[in-house]
Amino acid sequence: MTSLQIVFLVVAAVTLFSAGMVVSARKLMHAALFLVLTLMGVAFMFAMLGSGFFAVIQVLVYIGSIAILIIFAVMLTRNMMDSEAEASNRGWQILAPLSLLIFAGIITILSSWHAFTSVRDLSGTAGEDVVALGKALTDPNGFAIPFELASILLVAALAGAIYVAMERKGGRG
Amino acid sequence: MQTISLLWLSPLPPALAFVLIALFTSHKRGLSHWVALTATSLSWLMSMVVFFQTMGMTNLAQFPLSSSIGWLPLGENWLRIGIHADPLTIVTLFFVAWTILMIFIYSVGYHNYGQPQGDHDVPGLPPHGTSVRDGQGRLHTVLSVEPMYSRFFAFIALFAFGMFTLVVTDNLLVLYMAWEIMGLCSYLLIGFWYAKPAARNAGIKAFMTTRVGDMFMLLGLAALYALTGTLNYQEILNNEIVLGTLAQTLSPVLGLSWAGLIGLLLFAGTVGKSAQFPLHVWLPDAMEGPTPVSAMIHAAAMVSAGVYLAARFFPLLSAGWTPGGALTPPMFWMAVIGSFTALFASTIAVTQNHIKPVLAYSTISQLGFMIAALGIGAYTPAVFHLLTHAFTKALLFLGSGSVIHGMEHGVLHTGQKTDVQDMFNMGGLRQKMPLTFWLFLAGGLSLSSFPLITAGFWSKDEILSDAFNGGYILVFLALATTALLTAFYIMRQITLTFLGSPRSAAASHAGESRWLMTLPLLVLSFFVITAGWSGIPDHFPVLGGLIPNWFGKFVGEMAANHGAGATHHSLTPLFVSLAVSFGGLLLGWLVYRNIKAGEADPLQKHLGVFHGLLSNKYYVDEFYQLAFVRPAWWLAEKFTSLWVDRFVLDGIIDGVGKLALSLGRIFSRRIDLPVITGMGDKLSDGVQDLGAGMRPLQSGRVQQYMILTIVLTLAVGIVFFYLFILA
Amino acid sequence: MIPLSWYLIFAAGLFVTGIFGVLTRRNVIGVLMGVELMLNAVNINLLAFWSYLYPESISGLVFIAIVFVAAAAETAVGLALIISIYRRRHTVYAEEINLLRG
Repeated sequence: MTSLQIVFLVVAAVTLFSAGMVVSARKLMHAALFLVLTLMGVAFMFAMLGSGFFAVIQVLVYIGSIAILIIFAVMLTRNMMDSEAEASNRGWQILAPLSLLIFAGIITILSSWHAFTSVRDLSGTAGEDVVALGKALTDPNGFAIPFELASILLVAALAGAIYVAMERKGGRG
Repeated sequence: MQTISLLWLSPLPPALAFVLIALFTSHKRGLSHWVALTATSLSWLMSMVVFFQTMGMTNLAQFPLSSSIGWLPLGENWLRIGIHADPLTIVTLFFVAWTILMIFIYSVGYHNYGQPQGDHDVPGLPPHGTSVRDGQGRLHTVLSVEPMYSRFFAFIALFAFGMFTLVVTDNLLVLYMAWEIMGLCSYLLIGFWYAKPAARNAGIKAFMTTRVGDMFMLLGLAALYALTGTLNYQEILNNEIVLGTLAQTLSPVLGLSWAGLIGLLLFAGTVGKSAQFPLHVWLPDAMEGPTPVSAMIHAAAMVSAGVYLAARFFPLLSAGWTPGGALTPPMFWMAVIGSFTALFASTIAVTQNHIKPVLAYSTISQLGFMIAALGIGAYTPAVFHLLTHAFTKALLFLGSGSVIHGMEHGVLHTGQKTDVQDMFNMGGLRQKMPLTFWLFLAGGLSLSSFPLITAGFWSKDEILSDAFNGGYILVFLALATTALLTAFYIMRQITLTFLGSPRSAAASHAGESRWLMTLPLLVLSFFVITAGWSGIPDHFPVLGGLIPNWFGKFVGEMAANHGAGATHHSLTPLFVSLAVSFGGLLLGWLVYRNIKAGEADPLQKHLGVFHGLLSNKYYVDEFYQLAFVRPAWWLAEKFTSLWVDRFVLDGIIDGVGKLALSLGRIFSRRIDLPVITGMGDKLSDGVQDLGAGMRPLQSGRVQQYMILTIVLTLAVGIVFFYLFILA
Repeated sequence: MIPLSWYLIFAAGLFVTGIFGVLTRRNVIGVLMGVELMLNAVNINLLAFWSYLYPESISGLVFIAIVFVAAAAETAVGLALIISIYRRRHTVYAEEINLLRG
């Protein structure tokens, strides 16, 4: 048991616990805050996997914008929420075993894969080459087209979001 | 080559004009005739350029200008469409282009372009005239414009297209198509005033009668194609081997050779189109159409096409014949039918009282001349006569139209109902219509072969000369008698129409026609006089050789291989020709110079019973009525309609209907209701039940859908996993 | 020295938690949070595969970047829809949003 393994286990335990709280917390605001914690844990995992860049991106994009957006949405819709009401629907007693079953299935299938237990020393690696990533994203022979498509998707999502959420004055709004 | 492209293009402008007028300009009278006139002028111009480019060529008959393109693929070979210009084409093109152009110009005047619309004119009837007030407020009745003016030009442009195509084409199939286009156009134009029953019937009659000939011609065409594998002129007619083979192989019919059989079948087409006995009956009735149409049919296009066909296929018709030898069967029959028709028709013409039927029978008679000439192997004179006669008859017809127009003017002026076409109502028109008189006189003299100065003399004289010198005395006698009668009836016509004193109020108030009508007459009369000088034979006394015999050389090449003309020349036919011409003219003038109004035809007294026979056209129409039309009616009405149609066919149909009905009932009760309908009901009920059963699945709640999705994905994944990955 | 299997098991756990949240949360914002968890689990998997098996390949990283973009777009549109539904029907509970019920 190396120290790295201990750190991993601790982070994993915290992350999974907070993930559990995200899906089960009675108050949605609490769930949102636990989501932030979970995302932090995932960022930590990214760093441990040797990708400092994506760890930073995770913090910036997920925590910095998505989680904040969700918190905004929670606050905007809060007056409808009954803090005494059930947070989960009635099916959860059946769905919990089902989820465990899926988990077991995934593990079973993965464990039959030859690379499942492969080990690699990541401590000495230099991490990802961000310059190469940037070049690959803009290289016409690389991923320029997916990159452009992604940007179009973002713009479309942005415009669509504004359109959908816009409060219509008069008319059938 | 320039000439070849022009030949390709020459038929097209009228076709284009037809389309343009029919589709776009039919509401604009002026535009319509401008389109038509421009188109014909273009064709005329191209024809003239071609004529002057080729008229000096030698060996054109042996090596004609031709070009063709593949048109219809037929398995291994092609039907080709193309052009072919040999001397016959060039000469025909020359007179066709001139007469058609003149007829088009004349039509503008004839249909009273520029006059007001008639008060109660209706489409389908000739214009009745209209009333206008002049400056002093007096009411005048004047001629009114044809109600279907544009339609006329569309049809006649199509007609012109047909004729040009027929002349320049290089194969029999396209010729046949052009031939049929003209057949259609003649039907449309003869029946142009379709509200007149007579015109309607005449159109149908022309169509049906020529169809009889066309049917035989089609058989000939098919036989020719089956035997030779081609319909191209050059490949058949300029090919001694093909002609020789055709002349020597026996056909299964009547012991004729194939050349004889095909020749006779094609000649039947000529008989129909060129109105030879016994299919001549449609041509006089064709007078019901407007006069330009009569000219078109009689001079420029229709009947010339028949003679053109016979001349074109002369090598085939005469295959196996040597000058002086026995005539081939087609030639023999052409000589017989031609001379008989010539004589037969001229005797009828003598007794006709209307101005146009005289000319109509005269046309038939002159066509008989040409056919007889071809029959005795006088190829060049026949074509020469075709040329001069086309100009002559165009002039005479347009002139008669001008006379009728002048008479109509008189009728409108006096307000009296008069038959404007009856020559016994005319007389003295020389003073009223001097220009028309002189031009008509030129045409009449040419028709009667007035010596030296008229074209008709030169061509007719050559035919008579060839008939006499070739030893065909019967043909010679028949044609000489015809010439005598011709001179007689044309002088009778001129005397009755123009000389003496007016025999009706209309005639005394007739007026000269417009320049639009007289100008074409003037142009045509120029050719009526000069065309003959292009073909003065070298052996003609005194004059022979003074002017080069261009026509004889140019067209003579066509017949060079088949031997034309006789070897020795006698002056007898010339004297006979002069005698009959002068004799006929003199007789005609003597008999008719002093006819008073209301007086009967003096011939009636002299001929007695025969006059009735002749004026009723030998009762040929009545005979056809009795022999063909009535039985056809009877067959249609009594047999086909009542018995076959009503009883047999209707009975069968009714029986089948009843059977089907009962069968249907059985099917309906036994099969349809229990099986098909039952199955359909079950199916739809099942679907409905299934839907109702599945309905709870559609809860509208996204999480339930998601559960379903996951469960199904898992199930499918597990199956795949165990089936494919582990296996 | 952490074996690849640890990361995969962790990611699977996160993923299943996400599924559970998606399926059981009554509040649609909660459902959206579950989706975010699942996306994160996928990202961890992708990064782990890249890091352990194909560290030289740049494609895995590009894939992750695109997933980020898709996640951001999904959240934006999803939240906009939630706000819109909330405004019109005054509810954020998934079982009440059942216009499509058969």
